[in-house]
Amino acid sequence: MSNRTKNILVPVIAVLLGILVGTIIMVASGYDAAAGYTALWNGAFGDVYFTGEVIRQVTPYILAGLAVAFAFRTGLFNIGVEGQLIVGWLAAVWVGVSFDLPKVIHLPLAILAAAAAGALWAFIPGYLKAKFRVHEVIVTIMMNYVALHVTNNVIRTVLSEGKERSENIADTASLRSPFFEGLTEYSRLHWGIFIAVICAILMWFILEKTTKGFELRAVGFNEHASQYAGMNVKNNIILSMVISGTFAGLAGAMEGLGTFGYTAIKSGFTGVGFDGIAVALLGGNTAIGVVLAAFLFGSLKVGALNMPLEAGIPNELVDIIIALIIFFVASSYIIRWFIQRMSKKGVK
Amino acid sequence: MKKRKFGLALSLVLAAGTILGACGNNDAKKDETTGDNGKNTEETFKVAMVTDVGGIDDKSFNQSAWKGIQEFGEENGLEKGQDGYNYLQSQSDADYTTNLNSLARQDFNLVFGIGFMMAEAVNEIAGQQKDAHFGIVDSVVEQPNVASVLFKEQEASFLAGVAAGLATESNKIGFIGGMKSEVIERFEAGFLAGVKAVNADANVDVQYAEAFDKAEIGQSIASRMYSSGTDVIFHAAGATGNGLFKEARDLKMKNPSKNYWAIGVDSDQEAEGVVTIDGKKHNVIITSALKRVDVAVKDLSTKAKEGNFPGGETTVYGLAEDGVGLAKINDEVAAKADIEAKVKEFEEKIKNGDITVPGTLKDLKNFSVK
Repeated sequence: MSNRTKNILVPVIAVLLGILVGTIIMVASGYDAAAGYTALWNGAFGDVYFTGEVIRQVTPYILAGLAVAFAFRTGLFNIGVEGQLIVGWLAAVWVGVSFDLPKVIHLPLAILAAAAAGALWAFIPGYLKAKFRVHEVIVTIMMNYVALHVTNNVIRTVLSEGKERSENIADTASLRSPFFEGLTEYSRLHWGIFIAVICAILMWFILEKTTKGFELRAVGFNEHASQYAGMNVKNNIILSMVISGTFAGLAGAMEGLGTFGYTAIKSGFTGVGFDGIAVALLGGNTAIGVVLAAFLFGSLKVGALNMPLEAGIPNELVDIIIALIIFFVASSYIIRWFIQRMSKKGVK
Repeated sequence: MKKRKFGLALSLVLAAGTILGACGNNDAKKDETTGDNGKNTEETFKVAMVTDVGGIDDKSFNQSAWKGIQEFGEENGLEKGQDGYNYLQSQSDADYTTNLNSLARQDFNLVFGIGFMMAEAVNEIAGQQKDAHFGIVDSVVEQPNVASVLFKEQEASFLAGVAAGLATESNKIGFIGGMKSEVIERFEAGFLAGVKAVNADANVDVQYAEAFDKAEIGQSIASRMYSSGTDVIFHAAGATGNGLFKEARDLKMKNPSKNYWAIGVDSDQEAEGVVTIDGKKHNVIITSALKRVDVAVKDLSTKAKEGNFPGGETTVYGLAEDGVGLAKINDEVAAKADIEAKVKEFEEKIKNGDITVPGTLKDLKNFSVK
């Protein structure tokens, strides 16, 4: 069996197994599994409103997934997507509330600010990794907490006077679209989905079609060989983190300029950045895979909200299913071994 | 080989299909029966709530609101589910509007958003779903189809202050706040006023944990306070306060002869203070300052059912409305009789307006009991 089919088959089987085990758990705890999945489906696609909400949720997932996947393809593990997202969110809203500009300037400026903030937040661990060999996992995890508390403080002191949230952003900086709202009965679907898809194409193009992308991947495969071949490993590590952080910052802009239109004090992480790790993993760290995986996770998350209402099943169950899917993807070795066994039998 | 591969995939899909299908049959039947029940209760008044990220079993706010909705449902013969009363949990801030909207679309007659964090979401959805009715607790949303609910937390914490002021022997009292906000300031001002009213010699040490969910910070603050001689600590800090209870229990266990009193908040937290020493049960909690979200939610639901939905208005629940109060006093407190008498006296005075309990630290400065 070719590697390519295997790469596609593994996540698909993982998803099916996740759903299967999820079914068993539901039945074992005395819930109605079919009603649960029907409610899940209806909650995601039963109504244009919900479908709009699914796409709204998919948007930051794609970007967070791309951020993780990009770093991963170049041999780095960016756990700091969450923090980069939070600073991106703050930066976007900051620009959104404090300037008075025409839309053609204001909106791109707010988006760029978010991208720059995310990039900066990722530059620090990238630089430390390149110069001092500090492991990026540790630094990015720490930077998540720094981001959380620094943004909370900025919201309280700069963006408001001791309040819990900022003002709403100006209309000229908003990604919201009355057209989509009319189409989907007031869902919060916004233009950001196009930005996310463009970024996915961009990531594919950079990695697969440019010399720089080849270099970045080469550093990921084997640092020493790349250095021997005359590539600048240090610069490539920093560059990779910065691009990854840019995607994460844009994910924050989607939340700040699209979904919410403001930023508020957070008592904990949004979870989008961490889900991005799962999205990237399920998507096999490829652009198209990330888009598909983000779509799956987005539908699961939004659909799950409907489960307690329609079927009386706690929506935590969907978290369990998502966790199971990730478990099976992570243990893809078992699936691969199984597939191999089956195909070997075929040869005999 | 190709065929095998395809066969494997196919059989997997089939296997999954049969398993899912098998469940389907059972459940379709169940659905029909519940469907019938649903029809019987047509045209009933349906009420639902959306939790904030704390979840339905937070031992505080959301749980209390849900209790009120359950009571309302039982009294009116409703069943939990789509055709009676229900709740949706929010797992992140992004879920607030989706949840509110889902419930409004399911034709719930009244949908509550619990907690000030939901104010913006309620505002947005109320603007879109103009025919639906909403309630918001602990915040004010100015829309004609939203009823806002506020509490006079200061009155409950005033009574807690009275209890603390009379129970203390060292004249050192502690207050642990969650995050600085208007609501917690009402707790603080009321508590300080209550202590001042009965015990002018007592000192109150005020500390903020800057978090509602960090029990370890609560514990370390409590530890410092107790070790400096404080013998009564009141908290208005949600789950952070669980650290206070833990510290009080631990110290009591080590040194049963000394007093380490704590006062609970929101709901009656008596159960959190139980310590068993040498087979004998003790309780370190004097009482709790109650904030009856359940009473408010139930009251508002009843009003809405009767067609008197106070849309666009803000209802403030205080002692007089039974929206706040003090739980019963612990039997182990030496000054129990004294405390009960004083609490009763002040309750009357607050209810008939002889005393206005200060709700801000600014008002506290001008406060005095005649």
